[in-house]
This record gives sequence, C-alpha cells and structure tokens, in this order.
Amino acid sequence: MTHDIRHLSRRGLLGGAALAGPAVLAGGGLAMAQGAPKPATLLNVSYDPTRELYKEINAAYAKFWKEKTGQTLTIQQSHGGSGKQARSVIDGLQADIVTLALAYDIDEIAQKAKLLPANWQSRLPQNSAPYTSTIVLLVRKGNPWKIRDWGDLVKPGIEVITPNPKTSGGARWNYLAAWAWALKQPGGSPAKAEAFIKELFQHVPILDTGARGSLTTFAQRGVGDVFLSWENEAFLSNEEFGPKFDIVYPSLSILAEPPVAVVDKIVDRRKTRTIAEGYLNFLYSPLAQDLTGKHHYRPRGAQAQAKYAGKFKKIPLVTIDDTFGGWTKAQKTHFADGGVFDRIYRP
Amino acid sequence: MNRPGKLHLPGWAPLIVLLAVAGMIALVVLPLAMVFVQALGNGVGGLLAPFREPDTWSAIRLTLIVAGISVPLNAIFGLAAAWAVTRFDFAGKSLLMALIDLPFSISPVISGLVWVLLFGAQGFFGAALDAMGIKVIFTVTGLVLATVLITLPFVARELIPLMQEQGAEEEAAAMTLGASGWSTFFRVTLPNVKWALLYGVLLCNARAMGEFGAVSVVSGHIRGLTNTLPLHVEILYNEYDFVGAFAVATLLAGLGLLTLVAKSLLEWRFSGELAATRRH
Repeated sequence: MTHDIRHLSRRGLLGGAALAGPAVLAGGGLAMAQGAPKPATLLNVSYDPTRELYKEINAAYAKFWKEKTGQTLTIQQSHGGSGKQARSVIDGLQADIVTLALAYDIDEIAQKAKLLPANWQSRLPQNSAPYTSTIVLLVRKGNPWKIRDWGDLVKPGIEVITPNPKTSGGARWNYLAAWAWALKQPGGSPAKAEAFIKELFQHVPILDTGARGSLTTFAQRGVGDVFLSWENEAFLSNEEFGPKFDIVYPSLSILAEPPVAVVDKIVDRRKTRTIAEGYLNFLYSPLAQDLTGKHHYRPRGAQAQAKYAGKFKKIPLVTIDDTFGGWTKAQKTHFADGGVFDRIYRP
Repeated sequence: MNRPGKLHLPGWAPLIVLLAVAGMIALVVLPLAMVFVQALGNGVGGLLAPFREPDTWSAIRLTLIVAGISVPLNAIFGLAAAWAVTRFDFAGKSLLMALIDLPFSISPVISGLVWVLLFGAQGFFGAALDAMGIKVIFTVTGLVLATVLITLPFVARELIPLMQEQGAEEEAAAMTLGASGWSTFFRVTLPNVKWALLYGVLLCNARAMGEFGAVSVVSGHIRGLTNTLPLHVEILYNEYDFVGAFAVATLLAGLGLLTLVAKSLLEWRFSGELAATRRH
C-alpha cells in the first residue's frame, strides 16, 4: 500500500508540471483509504523574502490535503538568510522541505550532511524551481539620482544597499547580475567585471545578513540611494511601506531560480515523504502558481504566466549556467573563502 | 566614621551629577521610551494586535518554560558554587571562580555556538545522538542549554561576595551544637543569603527571558515551536510589522521594568535586614 503511494508520487515528481497535480490527487486518495490519519506536521525551511508567499501556500496546501485525505496538517515555517538556513539544516534542523534562494545552498546540504542525493535538482521539473525571480534596482520615489542601469551605481556619492553575499542568497544573485552586466559590456572581460564589482562594493556602506534586514535598512531607516533587490521584494516594498520607491529594470539581469527539495533522510525518518512530495508538487499546481504571481514571483505555469504577463517586465536575463558555469563553479570562484568577493571587499 | 552626607562637596559637583543624569536619559530612558512610543504608533489596537496571534502566545509560553527551567537550575548551581568557593579551600578554586565568570566575558553567540558544535548534527556528539534519535539543537532542550550557560554567573556572583563577608562562623556554631548538614543549610546558610539569592534570581530571570544572541543560534526560528519572545520581536520586525515588533518588545521591556520594581521593593522593604546580614 505504502509502496503504491510512493510509486504514484514519484511518478508525479518525474512528470511535467501539468501531470503533477493529478498525481497528488491520486496519492492523496489512496492515503485516505488507509483509515483516519493522525494529524501531521511539516517543516519548510525557507529563505528570507518568501514569508508572505508560504504563509498563503501553506494554508492552501493544508486545506487541499485535508480535503483529499482527511488528515490535518500543520506546516511550520522557518525563515532567514539562505546560506544560514542551509547551515542550520546541516547542523540538524529537521526540515522536511527546503525552499532556498539558490541551488548551491541545497547542494551544500547534499554534500556536507548527505541528507539528500546529489542529483536532487533533476527530481522536479524546471530545475526544481517552481517560480523564478530576478534582480532589479529599487530607488527612492522619482529616482532623484537618475539611476537607469548598473553603471549608474558607481557614480560618485551613490550609496548602494545589498546584503552580505556570504550569508544571503539574494545578495549572491545581486553580485552575479552586476558581474554579468559588466562582463557583457562592449570590451567586457572578467578582469573588467571584477574591477566594476570592486568599485560597486565601495559604494556599499552596510552589509546585512539577509534580504529582509537590508530592505529594512533601506526602507525603514532611510539609508542608501539604491537597493539591489529581488524583484518580488521590490514589489512588496511598495505594498508594505507605501508608494515610496520606484523599480528600475536594468538593461540586463539574471534569472534567479530559487529551488525546492524534499530532504530525504528527514522525511523518511519522520514518515512524511508523501506529504512533503505532495507539497512540492502542489507548488507547480495552477492554484499555487497563481499565488506565486500574486506574491510577485514569476510563475512557471502557462496559466499564471498569462495572467501576470503585464506585471513582470521582460528584460534580457543571463543564467547561472550560461554565464557562470553553474553554482558550484560560481560559488568557488566568487564567494568561497579567498574568492573574488574576499579579494575585492574591504569594509 | 564620616557619613557620606557630611562630605564637603566641591563646587563643580552638581555639574557631574547633571552629566550623569543626562547620560542616563540619553542612553537608557530615551531608547526605552521610544519602544513604547513606537508600539503605540497605531493606537492601543495596534499594541494589542500581536497578542491576538497564536504565534505570540506560543513565544510567551516558550519564554516562560525556558526561564522556568533555567533559573531554578542556576539558582541551585549558584548556591552550590558560592558555598563551595566561600567555605572551602581546594585545588582549582580560582579556576572554578574564573569559569563561573566566563559566560560574562564571552559573546552570547559563542555561548550558543558551542552547543551546536557539541550536539549539532555535524557536532562532536552529533552522530551518537542521531543514532539514539535524540535532538538537542533546534529544540527546547537547546534553548534551555544556551540560556543556562548565558545566565550561569548571575546567582553565584550575587552570593559569593556576601558569603565571603559573612564567613562560616554561624554555620560552624550550628554544626558544633549538633545540627545536621541539611538543617544547618536550611536554618543558617539559606536565611543568611535569602535576599541576595532572590536578587540574583531576579537578575538571572530577566536575562533568561531577554536573551537573544545565544538562543538565536540554537533556535532554528520555527514559528510557534522554537521561537522565544526576543526572537519573535525579530520575526515581526522582519515581516515589516514594526508596530507589532515594538508591541512585543514592550512586553519584554515591561517584564524588565517589573524586575526592576521588584528589586527596588526588596531593597526598600528589607533594607534593614539586608544591612543586618551584611553587618556580620
């Protein structure tokens, strides 16, 4: 019996996004046949700006799961800088699911703690990233410094706010987006990109540990002229703080794919695999896809993409694979101890 | 002996007093007042809003549980340690004294991190604990361990100077008159130090409920599960619920002020007795 459910949700996992929904329905139906299920909990360890998104998705999934299986589900959340959260899971935080800012942080969990297989990212469609985002420039209302593109950030007197790339996933996307822009300029080279990044970080007065701390610094405390921001966080800032900011889309940015994964060793021990896999499949469902668009993430599903098409500006986006040779290489080159960031950043 | 009141104060003395008062207002009173002002930013409704959330109540409950376990443990430890170092001479006594003070001198982050290094999944005992299915870090156990370490010196530090001053004569007398060890402890030692002990417990409790750094490291930040009040303030702040964050901070500040009031009351009500015990 258990084997059948496992088999079904596996198939859902391997199938495309469109297949995922029905597979969970079938899995859920079978679980119900086992008799009155005991209430269960699920822990989703996530990165900083997903708080509002998962609050809503958790409620939707708990409702969905209750209807399908009769089982009451409590989904617990933990949020923080992506790198820090990965470290907590490695140190034993019992995450059934990790939904982090970038693949490298889940790679770390796979490598250092062996809690999930190295090929985790191929288990779900679209690099296991049910939504994407990008990096934009958030400026104060009316754009007083006329910031139009990455190059404007190093003008004299401009203060740039970004979190610390050592602890924050968003900050690593920020850094790589800026690097990619410099690299793709006429006559660009890795050396010129490094020089640009070095100059850029001389304009950064404060490095917070996570995207949330940074935005609070920029929006609440009024420090800095430009905030390098997740696109979703930039949209949210105007909701939370009133229309005090303008979003500037640079000429080029990066496709940020925040991936999700089931933590195999933990779900097997806690016997929550079916629920956890169902949760991740649910993220690809039309309902959850619509919620990602509502919370300013770029949805993957065709239906939600069409609905939110006008909201997200189409700009050229490089990817971590085509420009940086994948996360492992990017991490080693730029963010590991002794990497480029350590070389260029002198507080 | 000259009483302080009879000292002749130099002419510039009021200036010093003024400076001290201004410093206190700028560094203590103003920030504290700011907490209350911010909390009332949306009126009384805003102040009460976070207390309608179950997550806030579970944070309050957890904070009380953690303090409720840590403080008695440290009261017992503090008494035992103070008694040991003031009544006996033994090898390693100064080392023990230094160890008691250690949590004061190391960063709270370290006080949290040591437990992760010991009991975390990759830690020294990680594999063994994992095999037994025991979880320490990111559970209430971890929070208690971090809090106990942070608040360890408070009771002992209050008791040691007093017990040193009092000396062991009364206890020795009780023993010579045939009192048993326990009876000596409950009839002589404990009554002699009761006010200092209570004072230490109050300080210890205030710190246990207010600690942020050490518990942040071992918490895992799971809402409704391993989130104490100070951590809940951070969560609310990070969710742009600034009024909510300051409202919960008001509760924490209020608890701190209550501690202060209780301490002052104790000093006022029992000043005679305190002086008496110190006179020995």
